[in-house]
Amino acid sequence: MHASIPPSLPDAERLVDALTAQLRPLLGQDPALVGIHSGGAWLAQRLRDELGGDIPLGALDISFYRDDFKRIGLHTQTKPSNIPFEVEDRHIILVDDVLYTGRTIRGAMNELFDYGRPARITLAVLVDRGGRELPIEAQVVGARLHLLPGQNLELLRDGNGRFSLKLHEGS
Amino acid sequence: MKIHIRNPRLIDPRNGIDTQCDLFIAAGRVVGIGNPPVAFHANQTIDADGLIACPGLVDISARLREPGFEYKATLESELKAAVAGGVTSLACPPDTDPVLDEPGLVEMLKYRAKQLNLAHVYPLGALTRRLEGKQLTEMNQLMEAGCVGFSQANAPLTDTQVLRHALQYAATFGLTVWLRPEDAWLARGGVAHDGEVAARLGLPGIPSSAETIALATILTLVEDTGARVHLCRLSTRDGVEMVRQAKARRLPVSCDVAAHQLHLTEHDIGYFETHCHLKPPLRTQRDKEALRTGVADGTVDAVCSDHTPVDDDAKLVPFAESEAGATGLEFLLSLTLKWAQESGIALPAALARVTSEPARLLQIDAGHLSVGAVADICLFDPEHYWKVDPQALLSQGKNTPFLGLELPGKVRWTLVAGQIAHRA
Amino acid sequence: MNNPQLDKNGRLKHLLSIEGLPKDILTQILDTAESFAGVSEREVKKVPLLRGRTVCNLFFENSTRTRTTFEIAAKRLSADVVSLHIGTSSQSKGETMLDTVNNLVAMHADIFVVRHAQSGAAHFIARHVAPHVHVINAGDGRHSHPTQGLLDVFTIRRYKPDMHNLRVAIVGDILHSRVARSEIHALTTLGVPEVRVIAPKTLLPEYVERLGVHVYHDMRQGLKDVDVVMMLRLQNERMNGALLPSAQEYFKCYGLTPDKLALARPDAIVMHPGPMNRGIEIDSAVADGTQSVILPQVTYGIAVRMAVMSMLAGSGE
Repeated sequence: MHASIPPSLPDAERLVDALTAQLRPLLGQDPALVGIHSGGAWLAQRLRDELGGDIPLGALDISFYRDDFKRIGLHTQTKPSNIPFEVEDRHIILVDDVLYTGRTIRGAMNELFDYGRPARITLAVLVDRGGRELPIEAQVVGARLHLLPGQNLELLRDGNGRFSLKLHEGS
Repeated sequence: MKIHIRNPRLIDPRNGIDTQCDLFIAAGRVVGIGNPPVAFHANQTIDADGLIACPGLVDISARLREPGFEYKATLESELKAAVAGGVTSLACPPDTDPVLDEPGLVEMLKYRAKQLNLAHVYPLGALTRRLEGKQLTEMNQLMEAGCVGFSQANAPLTDTQVLRHALQYAATFGLTVWLRPEDAWLARGGVAHDGEVAARLGLPGIPSSAETIALATILTLVEDTGARVHLCRLSTRDGVEMVRQAKARRLPVSCDVAAHQLHLTEHDIGYFETHCHLKPPLRTQRDKEALRTGVADGTVDAVCSDHTPVDDDAKLVPFAESEAGATGLEFLLSLTLKWAQESGIALPAALARVTSEPARLLQIDAGHLSVGAVADICLFDPEHYWKVDPQALLSQGKNTPFLGLELPGKVRWTLVAGQIAHRA
Repeated sequence: MNNPQLDKNGRLKHLLSIEGLPKDILTQILDTAESFAGVSEREVKKVPLLRGRTVCNLFFENSTRTRTTFEIAAKRLSADVVSLHIGTSSQSKGETMLDTVNNLVAMHADIFVVRHAQSGAAHFIARHVAPHVHVINAGDGRHSHPTQGLLDVFTIRRYKPDMHNLRVAIVGDILHSRVARSEIHALTTLGVPEVRVIAPKTLLPEYVERLGVHVYHDMRQGLKDVDVVMMLRLQNERMNGALLPSAQEYFKCYGLTPDKLALARPDAIVMHPGPMNRGIEIDSAVADGTQSVILPQVTYGIAVRMAVMSMLAGSGE
């Protein structure tokens, strides 16, 4: 739980199972899944498949809501956000792969509110790696790791749709 | 003042001289070539090792902007620029304010220029009053006041009957009429050659036919009236060809090109460079080559600077709103040398286009260095390349399309009537 | 020669003309515009990207329509917007265009949207403004109207995604049209293999074929089997004079009617930059018909302008 630098990273597939198990009880509230581009969007898609069936699914590209736009400008690749359902009064499960500073989640919530006023937002992440800069916490977490500021955790998806985690050391 | 110019390469195109020899000057005139006259004791000796001595340049078109446009340039600033460029005689077009259409104005201009004691100034009188193209000026009296020819400058003369009468009247007194061939209707509103670049940039165009149609009219009237006409600033291949044929038919015509036209094309406009807004417009590579050939084979008699100092405000506006023209007095020698280098023309032949030939067109005693001639001399270093820096130009007009370029030929000394007018 | 539109890192600094823009930048603008197209369909049609920035619409030539779309685009990016119609008034008071611009820079404008009757006006301003200011050309003389060209290719890409397999015809007053020049450069840069221009000789520039287009004078031949028909507006002052004898004769020869459109491919789309002269360059039956995408062009114009502004504002100081 509070390991320093993990000798080996957790198996992403197992974390998906853990998330699925934690989310299943929420299905009674008629929620919708919204993944944050790009890892969160893959994960949301997978969770819907695991949870079975007809949960509404959306994706957000938060390029237009980033708080570092003034410093780094617009990403050269933006994808349209796609929310094919009414956000108003809906229970939204916001999905991302890695929770770090919290800034991405802030941008995503701002964007979500521009579609309407959700009844409730639950944040689900595969890995919480610590290092928060905003008062944001996930309610549903696959694993908690403690990484150093220079380190960067990335979710990968292979040709068969299987997930794995990769650690990049800081430059 | 007696001056001994020691060991220059003397090039005097009119006398066919190109040799290493000393020059001796006294009382404002050349008194010896090679050997000094007896009992010659120089007050000053100029060491001209490595320099070329040639007759002071004769520029047949330089706007001095006085009277009327002193915010663009003054007589003093531009005549200093002239001698800095090795130009010792120049003709100025009549498009001042007021227009040079009265003898008093011409006399005043000549007087003021003489006071400055720099280059000799030869005004061209207006062909029509206020250059309006309607009523003839008093050409006879203007000639007596010092006009060496009569011109419309860049003002249109659309009424061909007035043009025919002007030529008849000038022919009566043996006066030369200077005309820039451009059909006013085809050129109306145009700011660039009507070609690829104008199409791309969306600039209103002036077709080549604006020049050739006007030339056809003028040449027909020359044949008709017998008037002597000097054709100013040719810009097109077909125009040069028409003059070549007219000369073959022994029509009394001559012509010139602006030195910048030998080096630039429409493509130099780039992204709306207003310094390349010129009259006539820069044309195609093919036209440029034809102009060079014309100068080389003598179809084009003279190369001039078409010096037009323009204030910054008139260039710091969108292209079509900018005032046409480039500053040129300090570029005439260098651009002529550069053309000679690139086209493989011998220096005496090249220098003839800016010395003896323009003097012949103006019918003035200048542009040669015979013993007894007025000592107007340009001494330049042909090996020295200078970088064009607008702030270093003496002309008040800093408007040049050659900004930042390296040009050959640096004027070291300019003598006007045996006096040192410039030293660098 | 340096491309005045790109910064030293090759990012878009000013948008002055389509000519000279690399294909990847054009594509990036169109892709970003796709993302913004979705924003316009939401409850809150606004993103916070340009919060705290000031966009200044500087219109030396009036155009309510273009100015409005730039205003909406800037407001949807959360920028502050000032619109000035300069006309001739301050110019006749002796203030130069540069004075006007520098005054606005001193008031901390970040992006200038410039419209001017002279070709090259936007280039001129871009060359002389402070380095942190960005300039968007909203139409300069006959030269360029790059956001119009971009929204036109954006529209084409939406309806005909395979740009490498298209025949496009541009019909009308090419000579005086900045829209046509922008469209031609945008289409050829994006790899459209056949761009045709259809006009009488009086409305075509010299050497127009050097822009990479095929020239037709007969509309029936020119429209044969095309996928896209782009009509141009004929200005009133050109209708009766030495360029054209009359609007009626123009409509007869070059107006887009249902029977002429029938020569194009059955699924061809019809475009017009507006405002339309119905009955002069286009028949109402075509303008309002099923093949017309003229209104979607207007909608997409906002997304394209949002994309351009956000890319410029993000290209740094």
